[in-house]
Formats: sequence, C-alpha cells, structure tokens
Amino acid sequence: MSDLTLLSLAEARDALKSKKISALELTRAHVEAMEAARPLNCFITETPELALAQATQSDAKIARGEAGPLEGLPLGIKDLYCSKGVRTTAASRILGNFTPTYESTVSGNLLRDGAVTLGKLNLDEFAMGSSNETSAFGPVISPWRRKGDPAAKIVPGGSSGGSSAAVAARLCLGATATDTGGSIRQPAAFTGTVGIKPTYGRCSRWGIVAFASSLDQAGPITRTVRDAAIMLRSMAGHDPRDTTSVDAPVPDYEKSMGASLKGRRIGVPKEYRLDGLSAEILALWDQGVAWLKDAGAEIVEISLPHTKYALPTYYIIAPAEASSNLARYDGVRYGIRETGRDIADMYEKTRAKGFGQEVRRRIMIGTYVLSAGYYDAYYVRAQKVRSLIKQDFDTVFAAGVDAVLTPATPSPAFAQGEQGSTDPVEMYLNDVFTVTVNMAGLPGLSVPSGLAANGLPLGLQLIGRPFDEETLFSLAGAIEQAAPKIDYPQAWWRGA
Amino acid sequence: MSQPAPSKFIKGATGDWEVVIGMEIHAQVTSHAKLFSGASAEYGGAPNDHVSLVDAAMPGMLPVINEECVRQAVRTGLGLEAQINLRSIFDRKNYFYPDLPQGYQISQFKHPIVGEGTVIVDVSPSERITVGIERLHLEQDAGKSLHDLSATESHVDLNRSGVALMEIVSKPDMRSAEEARAYVSKLRTILRYIGSCDGNMEQGSLRADVNVSVRRPGEGLGTRCEIKNVNSIRFIGQAIEVEARRQIGILEDGGKIDQETRLFDPGKGETRSMRSKEEAHDYRYFPDPDLLPLEFDQAFVDALKAQLPELPDAKRARFIAEYGLPPYDAGVLVMERASADFFEQTAKGRDAKLAANWVINELFGRLNKEGLDVAQSPVSAAALGAIIDLISSDVISGKIAKDLFEIVWSEGGDPKDIVESRGLKQVTDTGAIEAAVDAVIAANPDKVEQAKAKPTMLGWFVGQVMKQTGGKANPQAVNDLLKQKLGV
Amino acid sequence: MSVDPAVVRRIAHLSRIAVEDKEVERLNGEINAILTFVETLSSVDVAGVEPIASVLPMQMKKRADVVTDGGIVDDILANAPVREDNYFVVPKVVE
Ligand SMILES: [Mg+2]
Ligand SMILES: [Zn+2]
Repeated sequence: MSDLTLLSLAEARDALKSKKISALELTRAHVEAMEAARPLNCFITETPELALAQATQSDAKIARGEAGPLEGLPLGIKDLYCSKGVRTTAASRILGNFTPTYESTVSGNLLRDGAVTLGKLNLDEFAMGSSNETSAFGPVISPWRRKGDPAAKIVPGGSSGGSSAAVAARLCLGATATDTGGSIRQPAAFTGTVGIKPTYGRCSRWGIVAFASSLDQAGPITRTVRDAAIMLRSMAGHDPRDTTSVDAPVPDYEKSMGASLKGRRIGVPKEYRLDGLSAEILALWDQGVAWLKDAGAEIVEISLPHTKYALPTYYIIAPAEASSNLARYDGVRYGIRETGRDIADMYEKTRAKGFGQEVRRRIMIGTYVLSAGYYDAYYVRAQKVRSLIKQDFDTVFAAGVDAVLTPATPSPAFAQGEQGSTDPVEMYLNDVFTVTVNMAGLPGLSVPSGLAANGLPLGLQLIGRPFDEETLFSLAGAIEQAAPKIDYPQAWWRGA
Repeated sequence: MSQPAPSKFIKGATGDWEVVIGMEIHAQVTSHAKLFSGASAEYGGAPNDHVSLVDAAMPGMLPVINEECVRQAVRTGLGLEAQINLRSIFDRKNYFYPDLPQGYQISQFKHPIVGEGTVIVDVSPSERITVGIERLHLEQDAGKSLHDLSATESHVDLNRSGVALMEIVSKPDMRSAEEARAYVSKLRTILRYIGSCDGNMEQGSLRADVNVSVRRPGEGLGTRCEIKNVNSIRFIGQAIEVEARRQIGILEDGGKIDQETRLFDPGKGETRSMRSKEEAHDYRYFPDPDLLPLEFDQAFVDALKAQLPELPDAKRARFIAEYGLPPYDAGVLVMERASADFFEQTAKGRDAKLAANWVINELFGRLNKEGLDVAQSPVSAAALGAIIDLISSDVISGKIAKDLFEIVWSEGGDPKDIVESRGLKQVTDTGAIEAAVDAVIAANPDKVEQAKAKPTMLGWFVGQVMKQTGGKANPQAVNDLLKQKLGV
Repeated sequence: MSVDPAVVRRIAHLSRIAVEDKEVERLNGEINAILTFVETLSSVDVAGVEPIASVLPMQMKKRADVVTDGGIVDDILANAPVREDNYFVVPKVVE
C-alpha cells in the first residue's frame, strides 16, 4: 500500500486484521508524517519510540490472535490527559516538566484496547480558548488554507486544536479531545473532521486535567463518523474513580451506522437563527435539513427559548469552577515555582508567571463571581438559568424530538490574531451554538458538511438525548453520505 | 434562651458580666480510609505515606466518598437527637495554604448532613443544662506544616490531608468555662459511645474552636472572638476564663472588642491575635462540581438508628431506675461505655449500690492514680464481684476487702482462694471475740470508767479489739459485745 | 455591575496572581467587558427556579471503607519542586 496515512481508522483496522499491513508499518508512516508536520505545531510532546514499541507489541498480539478493538492504530492524545511517564502540560508553563505517575482512565482504555500513542497534542492553555492561540507552546496552525490566501495562518479551532489539526493533516488516525463549551465540536468543524462530545458522564474525567468539572467531557476527533463511533466505544465506560461517570453499558456505536432514519424526528431550533448569521451558514443549515429529510427523517421546528443566555451563563460557571480547579497549581507539589519573599509572594509570582493571560483572566473572573456579595447575583443566578436551559431541551425531547440539528459554528475558521485581541467576548462567540449542549449535559456531534466560499470547511451539529449517542452516529452518517466529499489539504507543510 | 444566672456572672470593676460561649468541635471520624480517597486515615505514619494521588491534589484527580464516613455522621446526628438531612451538598471552601493541596477544603456549607439537635450536660451533681446543636457537617482535614525543621522553610506532610472530620457547631448556649468543659466532655462521651470518634485530644482527634463574648446581664450578644484549636478540656476552660477577662478589661476601659481569631497560649496563660489569619477572608464557597448531592432514604437512617448502642443519657436513667443509684453516681458510671459495662458486670446479681461504690471509689480511684483506663484494669469485673460477694456474705470485713482488692490488683488471683489461703476470713466465732474484748477491758480499767460516762469512747474499744484480732473480727459482733460488757 | 482597579487588585490577590500596575488597567477593561456580556442574565425570570445540582438524575456512588491507596511516597513527591526527607518544602509559613 502506498500512503498508509490516507487510510481511515476503520480501514486501517480492517487492513491490520486481514494482515495486509503491519502495525509497525502503519505507525512508522504516522511517525514520519508527525515529524514532517512540525511547522503545524500539533504536538507538544512526540513519543515515537513509545509508539514503535507499542506497534511491535500490537503486531505480536495480532499474530497471536489477541488483538484488541484498536490494536495497532496510531492515535494522538490531547495533552490534557495525564500520560504515565510522559510529560503532561495542559499547554501551560505552570506544569513545567510535570510527568504523571498515572494514566488517565480514558487514555488507559485506549491502551487497553491496543491503541498506539504517537504523542501529546497541543491545545489552548488548560483548554481555555477557541483558536489554540493561548497555548504556552505556541499556536497550532491548521492544515487548511483560505482560497488564494496562503499567507494567512488559519487556526484549527480550540481548545482541541492540536487534535483537530493532527487528524485533518493525517498525522494520526484519530485523537482524543475534550469539550467544555465546544472544544471538540468547534475545532472539528474548523478542520473538516468529525468530533463528538458524548453525554456528560459517558466518559470518565479521572486523570484529565480539570477545567470546569460540571461541563468537561472527553470525546474523539476523527476523519469519519464511523471512526468516531469506534473510538468512543473504547473511550467510554463507567469508572468507580469518577462518581459523575455513569454506570451503564457502552453500546457498540459502530452498529448504529447506516440505521434507517425513517420516522426520526429532527428539531430545528428557531432561536439559533441569530441576527447577522451569514447566508452561507444559513444555507448550510437548510442543506442539512434537506439531507436528513431525504434520508427519511421528519423535520420539526422547535423552540429553545433560553438559548441566548447559554453563553453568558457559561462565562460565569466555567470560570468559577476553573478558578477553584486551578488553585492546586501553586508551586508546592509539582510544576514550576518562582521564589518569593514569603509563601503568599511565592504563590503570586508562580501563578503570574505560570499562567498565560487568558487563564489568568478567567481565574480572576471566576474568583470575582464567587466572591462575597456577588455569589448570588452571578453564580447562583447562572446555575438557575442553567436549569432553564436544560428544561428547554427536556421539553423538546419529551415532545418526541429525537435529535436537534444546528450549525456547529457561526463562521468558518479565521486566521491567527483576527479575533479576540481587543475584546475577549468576540472570541467567546465562537461557542454560541455548542455551549448549550454542555450546559444541559447532552451529547453533541459535529460533522463536516461542506466548504465555505473561502475554501474552509464548515460543520453541522447534531444534539441528542442523554446517552443516545447512537442516534447521533446514524444521523451524522447520513449527512456524511449526502455531503460533498471533503478533500483534506495537501501536505504543503512538508519542506515548509 | 435561659435567664441570666447570677451565680455564673464574672465580677468586673464596674459590675457583673455574663460570658457567652459557643463551640465548633472538629471530631475525626473513625474510619479506615479517608473521606474521599482510599489512603489510610490512621494517625501517624512516615511523612507523606498515608497519601494518595487524590490527597496530593494531582492534576485530574477526583474525590469518591467513603460510605462509612456518611454512616458515622448520621449515627452521630442521631446521638445528638438531631435532624438528619436526607439530601446534603458538598461545597468547596477556597483558600490557599501549603497544607491544603487542592486549594480548597471539601466541606458542607449551605446544606449539611445533620441539622439542629441538643445535648444534655450535667455541669455538677446539682446542675444540668441543655446545649443546642446548630449543625454537624462532614469535611476534609488539612495536612500538616512543620515549622521547626528549618529556620527559613516549612515542611509539608499530607498524611492528614483528606481525613474525615465532623464539624459539630453548638449554639451560644454556655455561660461559664465550667459549662463549656462539661459540654465538651459530654460530647466526647457521646462520640465514644457511638464509636464515631475516638475523642483522643492529644492526637487531635477532637479539637475545639471556642467563640467567646461578654455582655452585661440581660443585654444582647457582644462581639465575639474565636479561639482556634484548643486541644484539651482543661485548656478550653482556661482559655475561656482569660479571654473573658481580657474582653471585660477592654470594655471596662471604654474600648471595644474586635471580632478576630485568637490563639490560646497555655504557657503564658493568655490568648493572642492570629494576625496572619486576619487577612480578609473570602472563602468563595460553591457546590463541588466533582460530587453529586449526597442522598439517602429514611430506611437507611432507621437502620442505623436501630443499631445504635444505648447512649449515656438513656443508660444513666436506666441505672437510676434499675439499680436505684443516686443520679450523680449513675452519671459518673456512664461517662465511658467501658466503665458502665464494667459496673453492670460487677453489679449483676449483687448489691448494686455496693458495687457502684466499689467501682467508683476503689477501682476508678486506683485507675486514675495509675493513669489507666478501665479496659486495662488488673482487677476484672468478675474479681471485683467476687470481693463484693465476700463482703456481702460476711466472710470478710470492708477493711479486709480493701486489702484483698490491693492483693488482687498487684498479684492477681481468685479473691476467694486468697482469703482462704491467707487466713483473711472474718472472725465470727463469739468465743474468740469475747476473749479479745475481755482482754482489752481488763487492760484498760481507766478507759472503762471514762466510757461509762462518755459512750462515744466505745469507738476506741472497737479499734483496740480489731487490732487484737488482726482486723478479722466481725465489727458488728465486737460492737454488740462491748456494749453489753461495758453496759453502755 | 462593574469593577474598578482596586477591585481588580483585590481579586488578583484572592486568586494569588501577582499583577503589575500596567496590567491592572487592561484587566479592568477586559473584566468589565465580560461582566457587561453576562449582564443579560439579570433580565431572566428565575423566580422559583432551583439552581442546577447535576445535569443527570444520578445517585452518587460511594466507596467502601477499605484502605486501597497510599504507600506511594515516591509517586507523591516525584514532581516536587523542592523536597527533603519525604516532605514537600515551602518558604517558611508564619502562623
Ligand atoms: Mg469552622
Ligand atoms: Zn471545619
């Protein structure tokens, strides 16, 4: 076979199973691609030796007939997942050379199933950002370019920008990611990849660096819907070490691919038709409706009246939780330490130097909204509005809607420095369609649906009932079938 | 609130003052593992040995609650006659300190597991008060910073980080150091009965934060100061007394009290301001998003209630009713469950009052002197019972019984055999006693004359006869014979 | 509601993040922009609405009271910036 990085995860799996290729060849091809793609800055830490050793083991297991579901498949791991014996940074200076002595549950599940890990993927610092520009290890550059504008460095979205870019650039067959307000779905939409944030509680959060505990959820980014289904099945599952993970069996998601959509009711929320939404996005959305209708689904207009409050609610709850979750980075037990006059001075200098600007700002906002005198007005009120946002979805699902279709992002990807440099809120608006899903704990999937006029990918979002990821896979599969095939960018970065 | 009691007032230079005391007790929950991790909760250990990744707040670590700690909190709530909340919430209390690895303590703020309750406290044999309980909540202990290993550095040991505590908050219902001491002592008794805290104050299993304020009798509450971490019942009393005096002094000089946290220095016998803790505190409490609400049903509570042991108040009432003990004696016996059990074993089938006297006066007295607790008593309940049997059946006198107790204490052995082998049996043979009486009368003719005029002299004769018989004569028989022969 | 430079400094201190004078003004503007953005929530009618406690109706699982962890002092201290004799070491804390 010529270029093994052109295979999808499912194709590579089948080729390994039928012994057409070896895990070592497959891994070597991806290691070579990873090393050639350094100009994209997708990886913070590359672990090629580890990957090749794992591949050798996988070949032995395949030969013995003991292959796991992901045996020999090279993946990338977002550097928010703690990896035993491998530096884990959360893309922050503050973690310094932190090397966990433990493996996160989800990445451990992938290893259990035979996956090969190529290294740790770049992200926005502590997963706070929508463009991967806040990483202490520098921004990730998307493999995509605007038509006729090769100079502009396009962002891969965030916070899982290293994951989305690496998958789109064919550096790995799939990648782990995390989503707190849209950090899987928005970068997937920006890079023409598939990303699913499963239901809150579907994947364990144990060993994943926490950003906002009530919103964070792990999920995969892949090039096809089937690949996402395969990866999620391995990642998901109950973990007694995370009491917010659900104790329920994990279905074989791949089986839901190709299921008939006859009689499925798809809601289209009128409140998502935001003022000023581009004609291009509206057209894409209409196109998605048409594809699902053609596949046999029934389309109904629905109302999610509290939609417009989701983003403001998020920008209270997420920073509040983050301000507390990030208090542990104090220079005492791990990470960098700056010397100070006394302990308070040591803390303040360590945290000022260790955290980047966006993280510092969010910690301060979170501290403010929790502080005496403001707690009720901000935090408690936001948690009440969150109840209302969730109730909106409960009502719609109770009325018989199986899933909701929306655009994934309000625009295609932009170039570095184009958003948020003067007003942080501008950047926050990227998550306007995705954040409601985290508020309500629902599963959401972003599927590539076409290209914008400027040549950059666009995605549609499907939102499902709690723990009904299967419906999302079958609907997304139908859109994937109907949509024009995405040609991933040529490797312009080779020799760049 | 009760009426001011003048007997409790403190005399100041300008008149009487009333001291008002409330307490927050931190009681370490008896459990094998910590509140939210599987590391050992055992006291001690090599530095950072009883520490899991969760306790050290490694990135990505999550808390998982220990069900036994929940049971212990509910059991304790039941023992405090308190409201048990079937739904409670864990909150984060945020502050930075090197022995607080997460940067927050997981505690319960708005919705504690246990609500209002009461504790009945016997302050003295004649005075009983009721102290209201405001709440009880579960929370994590912090680690330990050692400041004396280096001049410029502190050393942090996280062994205690995450150990389960119950914070028991009283209402400001105490009016003297004595009441406060009695309250802590009673609370400690209840916890030990339930088995939810070992009450070991030296090891810090029980720590008190004492809120003290003073006021003119009948007036509203004054500004309070919180004295942190007082670690013995005696120091609690001392701290309250010196703090009340300090506040009265300030107020009488026309000053005002600053609400602040203070530390009691037992060496200097004073409290001093903890300036370092004075920095404006803003704990930014909010529900811990890593933990779902703590919920259980009434059946869970009922089952725990059914398994609760007899608690000290009920036991005391039963001892009064069943054994006819004076309330004070009953109160002393029930202070420790082991003591009460010892008493009941001793008293079974015997004269309970006599048994109570022996347990309280001889046994407890001796144990106290040696610094032992009842479980370590060299004299078993069976042996003490046997001694009491020997007294009741007139085999030995009370005085000989004390000697016998001493022998059993230091040498062990069966009291009955000892009496037999060492010839301690009481002489009841009237002939032998009469001979001794006659001898004493014959040797002391002058005293005989005096006794006829002054019958209280009889006691002197009894003493002489007992001496003659080596203490073994039956005292009643001696008495009777002397009366008859002296004609008094 | 909005913050002023004094409040920004207070929040920075509560957050244990050193801020330089020149940063305070920028942060002040940014924080106020975010507070203005979230201001819209004050118009939502939340009367009678309970704050969300968890997105899923789930019972919290509990752990049995068994010692399953600890005894890993090397792991605990593996990443410590300063350590001595199995203790973490920090600048002297004055009580
Ligand atoms: Mg307290
Ligand atoms: Zn406390």
